[in-house]
Order: sequence, then structure tokens, then C-alpha cells
Amino acid sequence: MRPALRIAAPGLLTTVQDLGRAGYQHLGVPSSGALDAVSLQAANALVGNPPNTGALEIAYLGPTLVADADSVRVAVAGAAAVIDILPDEFATVGRRLSGMRSVCLRRGEALRIGAVTGGTVLYVAVEGGFDIVPVLGSVSTYLRGGIGGWQGRALAAGDALPLRLERAAEREEMRLDGFSLKRPARIRVVIGPQHDYFSEGEIAAFFESEYAVGPSADRMGMRLTGRAIRHARGFDLTSDGIAPGSIQIPGNGQPIVLLVDRQTTGGYPKIATVISADLAALGQYPIGAKVAFEAVSVAAAQAALRQHRAGVAALPEMVVPLAGARGDVGARLGRCNLISGFVDAAA
Amino acid sequence: VCEVVPTFRSLLVQYDPLAISCDEIVRHADRMLARPQAADLRGRHWCLPVCYDATIAPDLEEVAARTGLSVAQVVERHSAVTYHVYMLGFLPGQAYMGDVPAELELPRRETPRARIPAGSLAIATTVTCIFPLESPCGWHIIGRSPVPLWDTASGAVPLLAPGDRVTFAPVSVREYEDLVREASLGRLKPVPVDPMEAAA
Repeated sequence: MRPALRIAAPGLLTTVQDLGRAGYQHLGVPSSGALDAVSLQAANALVGNPPNTGALEIAYLGPTLVADADSVRVAVAGAAAVIDILPDEFATVGRRLSGMRSVCLRRGEALRIGAVTGGTVLYVAVEGGFDIVPVLGSVSTYLRGGIGGWQGRALAAGDALPLRLERAAEREEMRLDGFSLKRPARIRVVIGPQHDYFSEGEIAAFFESEYAVGPSADRMGMRLTGRAIRHARGFDLTSDGIAPGSIQIPGNGQPIVLLVDRQTTGGYPKIATVISADLAALGQYPIGAKVAFEAVSVAAAQAALRQHRAGVAALPEMVVPLAGARGDVGARLGRCNLISGFVDAAA
Repeated sequence: VCEVVPTFRSLLVQYDPLAISCDEIVRHADRMLARPQAADLRGRHWCLPVCYDATIAPDLEEVAARTGLSVAQVVERHSAVTYHVYMLGFLPGQAYMGDVPAELELPRRETPRARIPAGSLAIATTVTCIFPLESPCGWHIIGRSPVPLWDTASGAVPLLAPGDRVTFAPVSVREYEDLVREASLGRLKPVPVDPMEAAA
């Protein structure tokens, strides 16, 4: 039998995602990919996968996953959830598992993940990755378009995702040392490109206001509720391209931050754009969370991206044996000058 | 450079700022603008079936009322034009086509619909589009086409490309339903209009 990870219960929204589909936006295809690319890469680092390996993105309520293979090593990283390893998929009681670590499931054992808390998504990576054919260069699922992932859709009970490895490699389990999600006080943005559609007073109000993540937030866009921003000269723009993290102000004045499954073009004025370094952190803001914005220069945004990349590149160094002594994380963090998205749990 | 997204009013270039600077990209773009190269934009000509029927076109009667035309005249005016494909965007394979006859020009709806069915043919301002997927939409829906605009799983490219020309052939509800059935079986594959035939 082909080794697989079988879905006994699908959860509410479990999809396959990697770092996204590049190079098709001119044909109307969004990038898709992980909402929190840092946690995805953390999960992959824990099982020794390359960073762009497709993993399960889990939102709202997690699935129950069964090992239909001799053994399969999985790792969980991202927002919190109650995680249990069950002796089989029908068991109700098992052993509790902490997040941010790898674990090996033997044939028939099940990984049960509960409600996602303290964020929006968590990731389950499997050692070696899933044996799924990429569509347009990526295994990311674009739900609206039915493109990629597992048959272009969210996982359903009975799905069996084929695995590349017959069994887990013989090695010890690992954990992430010094990694945790941190919600920055303010999300940093670069002003524009269409800030000239707003008066200075309205732009100031946008930065002074606190918004709440609205109930219809999804992978396409995060609708915010709060102080409406008035347009100085209409809101019907000739459609143009949309960058990741672009903040549209539609007719009703309530901002929408456009995320991974965003439409590729649109006709509402864009007041500001979230900097690349803060996109992963923003992806973890759950419905109801408060968000405020801070304007930074392009140079500051680029410096932040440099620091962010150094942090992501250092993820493999944060992977330490589960049983081993605490590594010298403080020194590593200091060297990388990490900010947003990483804090030293030992501090 | 990760993505280059051309639209009516701008060219969006998404790039890795740690690999190349904005100044450098602007210099490249300026050089290319200074010496424009004629692109081969002869394109292909497509004739796509559309069902203009009020039962599946919720805004047809309102468009008629607002433009002072009869429903038959709206259909006649909209399907009389050979449209030019300006750009792709919004949804996979979605083509922005124009220009809509001046008599049919209307601004976007004040309140967008949360959901419209795949294949909806809509107009707003000077542009007309077939929305390839179920999606939110602030345009006026005047018909529906059974033609699949892009089968991404097959590895094929989108049906329509910038520079192509498109005419719409009105079909009845019955014919539309037959064509939807053909499409669901993967048997509805439009072929470009033969240029000789079109000239004849």
C-alpha cells in the first residue's frame, strides 16, 4: 500500500500550502501559499525539509490525521492548539503533545489537533513532504479557483495524502528553541501607492486609529472595522495591480488588507502597503484582534526585511534535540538581530 | 523580479529589494520605454457563446431601464461589437475586454454582490468581462457564458490573451444548458475563428 497520511476528520479548513505560486499574477492567478510563511518554514525545519515544502495549513479547528505508513514523522508549528497522539483514530484519550516539535507516528496512530487559539493558523509538516504534483509550479491551494493542493480544495474526511517517504528516518525528535509568535505592537506600512486619494487629515486618522479584524477575514483579505477613512476624490479607480499586504479603502471607508489569495487587480484606492517583514505576523491576527499601523520609510522597510530574512535563515539553527540541553539561543538571536515574529522564550 | 502585472493604468513590478534596487528597475524600465519594441499583437479571434436571458442575467432589465433601451437592444448592442482583450486579471484567466458601446456605459454597482456564479458576463464603465469563477462582483450581469476560460490542471494556458479579439454569439437558455453539459464533460473547447472565414 502506498504510504499516506489519511484524514480521519478534516477540521474546518485544512489545506496544503507552500511558499506560494510565483509568476502567474499577470494571468490573474494569486500567489496563495502560507498565511504565516515563518511558521510554515519552522515546521519544515523541524522535520529537515527544505523551506518551500508543502505542509498542511490548519485554521479554526484542526483535523485528525492517521499514519497509513510504517511510520511518519510530523512537526507542528504556528498558533496554539491542543494536540494529542491517539493509539488509533477512534480513541478519545491519548498523550498530550506540545507544539513547536517533531514527533513520529507509527502505523495506525493518529494526530488530533483541536481548536486553533492565539493566532489563525498552524502548520503540520511531514518529513520528506507529500507526493503531490505541483500546479503552476506550486502545491499551494487556491480555494476560490480550485487550483493546486489536494484536488484544488480543502481536505475532507477519507482523503489520503501520499507521502514521499515509506517510513520516518531513524533519528531523534527535535524542538524549536527560542521561537514563538509575537504580535508586534504596530504593523509597519509604507504609504501609498494611492495615498493622494485621501486628505492629510484622513491619512493621519488612519494611523491614529485602532482597527479590529472583522468576522469575514479570510485568506483573500482581512476586512478591518473601525474609523472609516473618507476619500478625497472618489473611490472608483481604473483597475491596477495589487501588491501583497496592500490596504484598500473601498466605498464604505473600512480598510481591507489584501493577503495571499488576493485578487490580482482591483479598482479601490490603496492607502498603504504592509511591509514584507510584517506579513507573516499579520497573517496570525485572528478575528477580533486589534491592529494599528505605523508608517515607515522604504529604506526602513528594506532594513526590516533584511533582519526578517536573517531570522528565517537561522531557523534550522534553532532546531535542537528534544531531550538535549538548551542551546545558546540568546547569543544566536543577538547575532541575527531578530525582531518581529521571534522572541527568546528563555528571556 | 517576482511578478510583472500590466494593467490599464500601470505596470506593477514585484521584486526582491535585497536583490535589486527600485532605482535599478526604474532605470531598466526607462531604457525599455525609450526604445519600445513592436509586440506581435495580431492575436486570435474568438467567437464565444453567451446566453443573454433575464433568468440567469439579474441586471439585464435594470441595464435596459437605465440606458433607455429595450432588453433586446441591450443584447443587440453588446453582441454587435468585436472586443479587444486589454489585460488579464482579478481571477485566473479573466480577460478585461472593451470597448463597450457608449450607450451601455454604466458605473459600477453601488453595492457589490457577495457572490455571482462562474461564467457571468458583466459590464462596468467601458469594460466587459466573463468572471471565470464564483466571486464577489460589483458589475452589472447581463449574461452567462458556458466557455471554460482556463483549465489550469491540464497545464494549458488561458483561453484569452491580451491582443485577442472576441465576439459574443447569443444562444438560448436551452443551448446554454447543453453547452454547460458539454463543458462539464471537457468537450467544450473553442477554436479561434479562421481569419479567412472572418474576412469572407
